[in-house]
Amino acid sequence: MSAEAGLAALWLAAALALLQLALATLAVRRGGDEWEAAIRPVAIVQGGLAVAAMAMLIAAFLRSDMSVRLVVENSHSMKPWVYRFAGAWGNHEGSMLLWVTILGVAGGAVAWFERRLDARTWAATLGGQALIALGFYAFLLFASNPFDRISPAPVDGLGLNPLLQDPGLAFHPPTLYAGYVGLSVAFSFAIGALVTGEVGPAFARAMRPWVLGAWVFLTVGITAGSYWAYYELGWGGWWFWDPVENASLMPWLAATALLHSVTVLATRDGLRAWTVMLAVVAFSMSMIGTFLVRSGLLTSVHAFAVDPSRGLFLLVLLGLYIGGALALFGARIGAVRAGATFEPVSREGGLVVNNLLLSVILGIVLIGTFYPLIAGGFGVQLSVGPPFFNKAAGPIALALVVFMAAGPLVRWRRDRAQAVVERLTWPIAATAFALAGLAAFARIGVLPLLGLALAAGLAVASAVPLVGRKPWRTPLFTWGMVVSHLGIAVSLAGMACDAAFTSETLVAMRPGEPARVGPWRVTLDGIAPVVGDNWTALQARLSATRGDQGVTLFPQQRFFSDPATTTSESAIATRIDGQLYTVLGQADAEGRWQVRLWWKPFVTLIWLGGALVALGGALSLVGRVRRGRHR
Amino acid sequence: MGRGRTVRWLLWVPLIAFATLFAVVATGLWKPADRTVHSALVGTRLPAFALPPMVEGRPAPTAQGPARLVNIFASWCVPCAAEAPQLMRLKAMGVPIDGIAIRDTGPAVRGFLARNGDPYLRIGDDRNSAVQLSLGSSGVPETFVVARDGTILAQHVGDVRAEDVERLAALVGGAR
Repeated sequence: MSAEAGLAALWLAAALALLQLALATLAVRRGGDEWEAAIRPVAIVQGGLAVAAMAMLIAAFLRSDMSVRLVVENSHSMKPWVYRFAGAWGNHEGSMLLWVTILGVAGGAVAWFERRLDARTWAATLGGQALIALGFYAFLLFASNPFDRISPAPVDGLGLNPLLQDPGLAFHPPTLYAGYVGLSVAFSFAIGALVTGEVGPAFARAMRPWVLGAWVFLTVGITAGSYWAYYELGWGGWWFWDPVENASLMPWLAATALLHSVTVLATRDGLRAWTVMLAVVAFSMSMIGTFLVRSGLLTSVHAFAVDPSRGLFLLVLLGLYIGGALALFGARIGAVRAGATFEPVSREGGLVVNNLLLSVILGIVLIGTFYPLIAGGFGVQLSVGPPFFNKAAGPIALALVVFMAAGPLVRWRRDRAQAVVERLTWPIAATAFALAGLAAFARIGVLPLLGLALAAGLAVASAVPLVGRKPWRTPLFTWGMVVSHLGIAVSLAGMACDAAFTSETLVAMRPGEPARVGPWRVTLDGIAPVVGDNWTALQARLSATRGDQGVTLFPQQRFFSDPATTTSESAIATRIDGQLYTVLGQADAEGRWQVRLWWKPFVTLIWLGGALVALGGALSLVGRVRRGRHR
Repeated sequence: MGRGRTVRWLLWVPLIAFATLFAVVATGLWKPADRTVHSALVGTRLPAFALPPMVEGRPAPTAQGPARLVNIFASWCVPCAAEAPQLMRLKAMGVPIDGIAIRDTGPAVRGFLARNGDPYLRIGDDRNSAVQLSLGSSGVPETFVVARDGTILAQHVGDVRAEDVERLAALVGGAR
């Protein structure tokens, strides 16, 4: 019964979304405060129904209800419960349902908590949210029903893609989706503001916590996804510029720009049109990302639904929403009066540069991701890979770091360039010192060298806003900025170290034979079979020593039976100064085993930095919400 | 404001950019998915190469020969075993197949052929992947369709599936 209950909840939620849209339209047309009381419960219940539908699907997966087609195609009763649970969204229909659920929850949260917007803009915002939800409910109900039954019910399911059988699957999609779809709130805010023309500091202050929340989730999702790809795929890399990775990076870049421009709007009433535009773009990037993944248009590990008719449905939704919002922007933003102006050397000026650089990076990623498709239209087959992205986006990202270091030290409205440089004395000294030291003692490439030096400068600069303040009197959102900027410095240092100092060897080892990688001496002790819940594996025992330190690693070649697949399970030893990363390959005809070894100094800083960035966002969010309450 | 007029049309730039992207994606969606890799070598002549034979009593392939398939494989490669039945079917249909074994040894290849069947006219020993790389192939298995005059007609990346058999046979048949 649970499948029918889930389907019923989905239909009811769609009906409520329609009602919400109608009420919101009336509220905007007629004006007045009485509509709020009608719209609020509708939006909240709609979110609740979406959650109920998701819960019903999860229940079907947990109970291994083999009369539900989705369970049959993507699960197996022998799987550990956590994968049955997470398997609910490890497939096309389930992940779309999760997407819509979060959309519903976000709308409900706006209805429940948002009290700072004026009544008409609030109603228009919830109308926008309902309009988006309606389209995706329709997509689920007509083109991707997750509750479809199968008859007769088979004895057992087909299993889940082994690459997805990882605890990360339980957290990665929900977190990333919370970020993606959380940005829908900013989008709806922009729609609301365009409809009513109320763009100003109050609007920005209301929107900021929602953007921050989505951005924190997105940051955590991307960081976790990067680490997952790093250890699960066994390629030793942490970012592959895969279309789907780009699909998550693009909304993050737009949201990061939005986060900064919304601050200008909230504090100085500047950048009105630009902020509204970014709010539209950020969620548009989320939808384009979803579309990329779900349509199977660009091939990738994530493309588990290759279906042109669904792709077409999503494309039409995308055209309506993004096209509609941008048309509304073009038509209505002229009615929004220009905001306050400012001098070039000012905090606002710095944030404008930040926004421009982020937008350029966004443009590069967007073009790089879609270029194969564009070229394909002209009959040229090509792929765009890391060399393009690193060369094109790398230098701009480094320029961005320079402005990140300086920006928080510049005063609002107007400042003197000389005074800014004086405040930057210590960061500049740290950069110069690191540059000189590294250039003298290490032979590394230009980009990693600049990356490390600028990371040192940024780390110092990020702490400067705290100088002369009492830590407990400093507002939480200032702490948030400090921690986030420090996180970028830490992450950048990790990336640069990985690029500059990684040593890698691919060896064919006989048991008992040693190999060297970086400071480590690694010996293959032997190969033994092991058995897991729903897999068997050949497991190598590797003894690694460095000086008097020793560690034993167990990389595997893992064979899954349902469906039949082989995966490489890397084994990683984490040390304070880096990671030893080992992958077991195939055996050759003479009984030697291919073993790939990496020593990656300080690579963990990449994800530690990501976590710091997210933590900073969370601190800011708490700070902003608290201050909002007090007022 | 004086600059109002110049700014006004800029407001439509995002919509126009999106419309362009939309059009590209829409046409991409209409086109059937094309998963074949188009090698830069397709349409060119097979480069000359000399390989030692892999197993006794069987010559090594050269750049000369009839219209045929050139299959790059290895005994240690699992998809190669998976595609073996399809190659056997192609052989039964009268399609000549040259094999190039990558980073392999004679005993291992003999074992592989004994287990999975032996579809090959000739088998070469490409111990360090030199020929594989000169063909622009990056992995195993890969299969090239080569015409009698040595022109490479097609490159098939990955294992030959049951649904590819007819197409490959037709390509070779058309090149005779």
